[in-house]
Amino acid sequence: MSLLKVENISKSYSEHQALTDVSMEIPEKTIFGLLGPNGAGKTTLIRIINQIIESDQGSILFDGTPLNADHIRNIGYLPEERGLYKKMKVGEQLIYLGQLRGLSMKESSKRAKAWCQKLEIIDWWSKKIEDLSKGMAQKIQFISTVMHEPKLIILDEPFSGFDPVNANLIKDEILDLRDKGATIIFSTHRMESVEQLCDHVAMINKSQKILDGSKVDIKEQFRDGSYFVEYKGGEVKSGSGYELISTEDIGRGLKKSLIQYSAEGNPNDLLKQLIGQVEIHSFVERIPSMNDIFISLVKGENPELTEA
Amino acid sequence: MNKIFLVIQREFMSRVKKKSFLLATILVPLLFPAIIGGMVYLAIENEKNKEVEVIHVLDESGILTFEDTESYDYQMVDGPLDSAKARFSTSSDFALIYIPKLDIDDPEGIKFYAHTSPGINLIGGFEGKIERQIRDVKLTRSGLNEEQLESLKTYVSIESFNLSETGDEKKSDSGVTFGIGYVMGFMIYIFLFAYGAQVMQGVIEEKNSKIVEVIVSTVRPFHMMIGKVIGVASVGIAQVVIWMVLISVISFAGMAAFGLSMDPAETAQMMQSTNEGASAIQSNEEIQKALTLVNDIPITKIVSLFVFFFLGGYLLYGALFAAVGSAVDTPADAQQFMMPIMMPILVALMGLMMFVFPDPHGTVSFWLSIIPFTSPIVMMGRIGFGVPAWEIALSMALLIVGFIFTLWLAGRIYRIGILMHGAKVNYKVLAKWLMQKN
Repeated sequence: MSLLKVENISKSYSEHQALTDVSMEIPEKTIFGLLGPNGAGKTTLIRIINQIIESDQGSILFDGTPLNADHIRNIGYLPEERGLYKKMKVGEQLIYLGQLRGLSMKESSKRAKAWCQKLEIIDWWSKKIEDLSKGMAQKIQFISTVMHEPKLIILDEPFSGFDPVNANLIKDEILDLRDKGATIIFSTHRMESVEQLCDHVAMINKSQKILDGSKVDIKEQFRDGSYFVEYKGGEVKSGSGYELISTEDIGRGLKKSLIQYSAEGNPNDLLKQLIGQVEIHSFVERIPSMNDIFISLVKGENPELTEA
Repeated sequence: MNKIFLVIQREFMSRVKKKSFLLATILVPLLFPAIIGGMVYLAIENEKNKEVEVIHVLDESGILTFEDTESYDYQMVDGPLDSAKARFSTSSDFALIYIPKLDIDDPEGIKFYAHTSPGINLIGGFEGKIERQIRDVKLTRSGLNEEQLESLKTYVSIESFNLSETGDEKKSDSGVTFGIGYVMGFMIYIFLFAYGAQVMQGVIEEKNSKIVEVIVSTVRPFHMMIGKVIGVASVGIAQVVIWMVLISVISFAGMAAFGLSMDPAETAQMMQSTNEGASAIQSNEEIQKALTLVNDIPITKIVSLFVFFFLGGYLLYGALFAAVGSAVDTPADAQQFMMPIMMPILVALMGLMMFVFPDPHGTVSFWLSIIPFTSPIVMMGRIGFGVPAWEIALSMALLIVGFIFTLWLAGRIYRIGILMHGAKVNYKVLAKWLMQKN
C-alpha cells in the first residue's frame, strides 16, 4: 500500500525543465530516500507535494485521493532552507506553527510542551529564538515538523547543522516515527544516512527519475560480482572466468586484490581457483555502497543500468 | 480564512509586544503637544524680545514721512548719500533707505541698503508704504483735502459661507478647512510610508530568517501576504486610536491646567479633527471662535472618510511594499524598486501643496483626488473644502478597484519572490514572475 502516488509529474520554469514525467510510489510506513545531485529537481518535487507550487502535468494521490488543501494537516515539512521567527519565543512559535497545521491552540500547546520535554529543551520555552544555538533551533524546527502527527513527513537535509550526538537523537526519533506508522520522505546528499535509514530509494537526475526501488533490491541490482581477497604467498593472476583489477600491499606481508568475477557465478568456484594459487586470509564480495551507486549514476558511468 | 486570521494575529501581537511600539505609542502624544507648545512659546518669546530695528532714512524728496512702528525705528539722516552710506556701514543698524528727489509721476532711484539680503516681503512692504504716500501726494495735488483723503480709505472684510442645496448656510473658514486638509493629507502621507515600510521590512525579515518555506507549505502565499498587510494595518489603527485618546486626555488636562473651561466632548472633537495641541490657541475667545467653526465641521463624515482613505491607500501601497520586500534579500536591494512606489506618494503630497490648497476644485485637484494612487492623500486634503458626493463616491470606488489590482499584482510577484534567495532581480525578472504560472 502506498501512501503517496506520484504520477507523470512534469514541471517547467520559463527556460528550465525541472521535472520530466516523474512517477513514483512511496510505500506506507517506510523511510523513502529521495536522492539526486543539486539542481536535479528534488526540491521542485517536494514543493509540488507540499502544494507550494503546482505541476504542469500529472497528478498526485495522497492515501488514494487527489492531493488537496485538506492534506496539509497530514503533512509535515522540514525544508532545507529553514528558519524561525527570530524575535518570537520558542513556545509561541511552536504553538503558532502547530495551529497553522490545523491543531487547536490548546492541543498545539500541549504537544509542543511534550516534545520540548522529550528533546530536553523545555527550559528554553520562554526564550527567544535569537538567543538559541543553531542546534537547538534545529530541534525546534524538527518538533514543528512532526508535532501535529502527520502521516507524511518530508525532511530535506534534516541533519545539517547537528552535532553527532544530536544527529543520533534525531535519527532515533525518525526511526521511532516510522515505527509508529509515519511515512517519511528523506532527501539528502549524505549517503551514509541513506544507508542507515532508508528502506526505499528513488533518484532524480536532470529532471528525470533514473532509479527507484527498495534499497536491498537496488544493491542487488548494482552487484557486479567483484570480490576483495586478502592473501599471502605469491600474487593472484587473472584466470579463466575472472580478471584481476588491482592489487596492493596492505602490510604484514599481506596483499589485497580486487577481482572481477561474474554476478551470477558461484563464488566457491572462484575461491577454489584462488586457493590453488595463494594462502587466503579473507574473501569478501564488494557490495556497492549507495555512494558508489549515486556517483556512478550521476556521472553516467553505467548508462545501460539507468533503465532499471 | 482561519489561517489568515492566525497570520494577522501573529503579525499584530509580535509588533504590539515590542518595546518600541509601547515607547512610540506613549511618547508621541506627549511629545506632539510638547513640541507645538514649545514652538508657540518660543515664537511668543521671540516676538516679545525682538529688538526694535533702526532704519536710516535719507529723504531728499521731502515729501515722504516715516512713522516709527513696533519693529522699526526710523532715523532721518543727512546727505549726501555717500556719507550716509559710510555712516550706515560702520553702524550695526538694520538698513538705509535712500530716496532721491522724486518726480512723483515717475518715481525712480529709491534704494535700500542692508547688511544682509532683505526678504521679499520686507521690500514689498516698503514699496507699498511709499506708493500709498505718493498716491496721497498726487491726490492732494489734484485738489483733495485731508478729510476727503481720509474718507477715501475703505476697509472691507468678506465673510464666506457654504450654501447647501437645501438652502442652509454655514459659515466657512478657509483657515480651518485648510488646517483639516493639511493635517489629514499629511497624516495619510506619513502613515503610508511608515506602515508600508513596516510591511516591507517584515517580508524581508521573514525571507532572511528562512521561515517562509515552512509557512507557505501551510498557508497560500497570497493569504500570507494579506495577513501581513492587514496585521500591520491593525497595529497602525490601534496606535492611532490610542494616540487620539491620549492626546485628547492630555490636551483636556492641559486646558484645565491653564484655567480654560471646555466641554470634554468638544475638546475630543477638536482634537480629532485637527489633531493639534491646544496650546497653539492662546485666548479663551479665540477658542470659542474656533470651536464654533469646528462644531460646524461634519466630524463623523471626515473621520469615517479618513479611515476609509487611510485603509484603501494603505492596502494599495502596502501590497506593493510587500511585493518589493519579497523580491529582494536586503533592505538595500529594495532601493531600486522604491522609486515607482514613492513617486505617486510624493506627487500626491506636492499636488496637495501646489494645486489643492490654492485651488481645491481645479482640474488638477480633481484628477489627483480621483486617481487611486494619489487620491488617499489629495482627497483628504480637499475634503474640508466641500467635495461633491459623486466625486467622493467615484474616488472611493476607484480606490477599491485600485487596491484590488495592486493586491493581485503584488500577490503574483510575492508568491515567486519569497521563495527566491540570492537571485538577481530587476524589472524584467519581476515581469517574468508576474506572467509565470504557479
